[in-house]
Amino acid sequence: MKMNPMKTALLAVAAALSFSAQAADDTIKVGVLHSLSGTMAISETTLKDTVLMLIEEQNKKGGVLGKKLEAVVVDPASNWPLFAEKASELIDKNKVSVVFGCWTSVSRKSVLPVFEKSNSLLFYPVQYEGEESSKNVIYTGAAPNQQAIPAVDYLMKDLGVKRWVLEGTDYVYPRTTNKILEAYLKAKGVKAEDIIVNYTPFGFSDWQSEVSKIKAFGSAGKKTAVVSTINGDANVPFYKELGNQKISAEDIPVVAFSVGEEELSGIDTKPLVGHLAAWNYFESVKAPANTAFIKAWHSYIKNDKRTTNDPMEATYIGFNLWVKAVEKAKTTDTAKVIDTLPGLEVPNLTGGTAKLLPNHHITKPVYIGEIKEDGQFETVWQTKGEVPGDAWSDFLDGSKDLESDWVKLKCGNYNTKAKKCSN
Amino acid sequence: MIHFTTSLRRCWLAACFAASLPLLAQEPSTAADAAAETVASAEAAPAVPTAFPDVLRALGGASLSERSALLDALLAAKHPNTAAVLQAWLEDHLHVRDADGAVFITAETDAGYALTDPATLATSGPEPADGFSKVGSNNSLRKLLRSALASFTLGSPDAEVRLSAVKEMLRAPDESTLNVLRERRAIETDAAVQAAIDAGLAYADLTSDNADTRLAAVNVLSGSLAGETIAKLEALRDPANEPDERVRSAAAVAISSISLKRSLYSGIETLFFGLSLGSVLVLAAIGLAITFGVMGVINMAHGELMMIGAYTAYVVQLLLPNHLTASILISIPAAFLVSGLVGIAIERGVVKHLYGRPLETLLATFGISLILQQLVRSIFSPLNRSVATPEFMSGQWVINDALSLTWNRLYIVLFTLVVFAALQLILRRTSLGLTVRAVSQNRAMARSMGINSDRVDAITFGLGSGIAGVAGVALSQLTNVGPNLGQSYIIDSFMVVVFGGVGNLWGTLIGGMTLGVAGKLLEPAVGAVMAKIAMLVFIILFIQRRKQGLFPQKGRAAEGH
Repeated sequence: MKMNPMKTALLAVAAALSFSAQAADDTIKVGVLHSLSGTMAISETTLKDTVLMLIEEQNKKGGVLGKKLEAVVVDPASNWPLFAEKASELIDKNKVSVVFGCWTSVSRKSVLPVFEKSNSLLFYPVQYEGEESSKNVIYTGAAPNQQAIPAVDYLMKDLGVKRWVLEGTDYVYPRTTNKILEAYLKAKGVKAEDIIVNYTPFGFSDWQSEVSKIKAFGSAGKKTAVVSTINGDANVPFYKELGNQKISAEDIPVVAFSVGEEELSGIDTKPLVGHLAAWNYFESVKAPANTAFIKAWHSYIKNDKRTTNDPMEATYIGFNLWVKAVEKAKTTDTAKVIDTLPGLEVPNLTGGTAKLLPNHHITKPVYIGEIKEDGQFETVWQTKGEVPGDAWSDFLDGSKDLESDWVKLKCGNYNTKAKKCSN
Repeated sequence: MIHFTTSLRRCWLAACFAASLPLLAQEPSTAADAAAETVASAEAAPAVPTAFPDVLRALGGASLSERSALLDALLAAKHPNTAAVLQAWLEDHLHVRDADGAVFITAETDAGYALTDPATLATSGPEPADGFSKVGSNNSLRKLLRSALASFTLGSPDAEVRLSAVKEMLRAPDESTLNVLRERRAIETDAAVQAAIDAGLAYADLTSDNADTRLAAVNVLSGSLAGETIAKLEALRDPANEPDERVRSAAAVAISSISLKRSLYSGIETLFFGLSLGSVLVLAAIGLAITFGVMGVINMAHGELMMIGAYTAYVVQLLLPNHLTASILISIPAAFLVSGLVGIAIERGVVKHLYGRPLETLLATFGISLILQQLVRSIFSPLNRSVATPEFMSGQWVINDALSLTWNRLYIVLFTLVVFAALQLILRRTSLGLTVRAVSQNRAMARSMGINSDRVDAITFGLGSGIAGVAGVALSQLTNVGPNLGQSYIIDSFMVVVFGGVGNLWGTLIGGMTLGVAGKLLEPAVGAVMAKIAMLVFIILFIQRRKQGLFPQKGRAAEGH
């Protein structure tokens, strides 16, 4: 039987209602805050299933602290204010010990005050723009220095790219990432006339003029690349238009930060072959932990064709970090768990180790892969070790003096020049 | 002693490498490992093989960056089977046997790989695929491979093949390819191939030491339209680079003539972009022009009817996986029927009971749109589905270096005009159209003439919905087929219908095209986001001034309402 999202959502609501009446002592409640309907359902449903799978596996091993884990799933329906409401519902009404959730930065920003007010704990599993460090959030996705900066380095050094198109969807993640990249490129000696930055609305589908502009920009005799922070649905028509206007990856490669295996599984990959993506995990990476994870995922979701992706790995790491912290602290009390978390290490899926740093970010390897026709990536470059996540970019004014350290400084934005915490 | 020097060199290389690499501060381990890798290749370096079989063997164990040097060695070996090896490499059919490091050209069979020895072309039986690793390539290698392969086809008797070979080689020209092309130019007979080689060689001649050669090159290039030419000529206008006055002025003249032609062609291109965006808008809106324009029903589920049409195209393609073109052609009537029937069901089930209550119709159809979206999520999953584009619709029609039109857009412009004409025919020339117009103009009178207005309502709504389905098939060729497909077009559709004038199909056509062209004219100047905002503001102001839209309905029918 295949679980469909609607059924799951209904079940979840029913579960949430019935369990809140029960005595909470015999189980540990784990909140899952991912959209199961609306525009983000396409990406977030998978993460909900991942958390449920991890909980099932953990319960088979006897749970945590001798108690079974119990998932409380809510549906914030891709509606940003609703994220905050559902977060309070999880924390205040369902008394969950931890929440795994959010995808877009705007949803994270929306729930942030809720978690900070009640001193609860959120694990956020998606690559994001940085410039944030909250005591109550563990960021297991990549910060810009773990994805964007290494990708640009690869293009500059290995492919000799001299001219840059920073193409993004018009919202906070692309805008901040492009600001960091622009500052970084200029610091590396790229002239302003060799960079164009361009934004399009969400779900943009008419790429003719944009692609024609890229083509003209790339025909100036210098190697040109596109750094794409185009989000979600707008990608398919973008790559289709690139293919139709005969811009091949060999001439103008596109490196994307939001195109993963899951996104590729729904589209005709022919126009994308050879273009690049930068992530901290590829399904194609050969490692025993990865093989086991893929096998477990296929048997849990009862579909051998489902792919795994980077945010799933980040969810896996976050979940294991939390389990380890709870077992070490011998309690689910969030204040104690938050204090226990920094410094813990768990294996990632690509054969390395993820360590939680004092700034609530983790260490991650960086992979750059070329898209293949079967929708998988072939790794063409990787860092040999893990790169520590940096909450505050070193390339932006106003951010490069800030430091986040929840262990010694107890501060998310300590100003190293003024020598004080700004909040 | 030898050991000593080797280790000495290793230390020196490692230190040198670590010092020269401008590393990210947070990647200390990369430095050490990368250095170790370089040492490995440096140790292999003295033995860069020259014989064909040795190069191949080295290829199997080499890293991606070492393979470009080995490619040169492979070409230098001039073995008769080089082209076959390169072709296999390019197509991912070159594999190395893990057990002994032997490299084979492979072909996939049910029992594993059928092997061909590159040196002798002797074949051997299939072996399990597990025991082999691919000799992979990346973008820069593939570019070199294509260029190298092209040089093998330069002697082809077919002028077309030679022309594409020349173009391929000129994508990444270096001294050796230019020499090959110079040799070919001397014996080439076909005019088009000659011109292509001349243009390519002219680029190289721009940096010649001889001023006359440079001048001749500038003159050859002044007929070109490529953007790269301008960049190359621009360098010659600078007295610091170009001592000869004649070359400088010739370059300036050439640049202005090329720029003029290019801006003319880019104007045509923008117009085409505008018309194609306009035709997508018209296609999305034209069904709505019937349900909203003719019947006056505010159907918020219109977008979802398009989505159903797009999913119909997906399902038809699933049923006919090997007949892409046929599946697209079949899905047009299929989508018309499916969306039309869903439309009739909506009309009979819900809208019928709400005539004359526009606010409630709006809310009810909005609810239906959410139900349809979630239904599709439950049946097809929330993930997008891919509808493949048939061969004749992909790629572009290259008119010249400055202007090329993409086929899929061109077909969609034509398709929109065909749908529009068909709809006009139905409404103007058939008895069905007559009754539809009669009911929409004066329901009471039409009924007293014996027209079953209930039935006509259902059919009209079905017709509008069916057209929405057909629009969905066209959209499946442009964008994602997913549960949210309809939402992205519903606002645009209403915008076009209101702007064009409610109840007027011509208004929808002209309105859609106008908005498309205006949007594309604005986009390069202010960006896609601002262009969209500007269009909405423009329409709001326009509707304030002319409440009836571009083409208001005239006569008694309009005044009667």
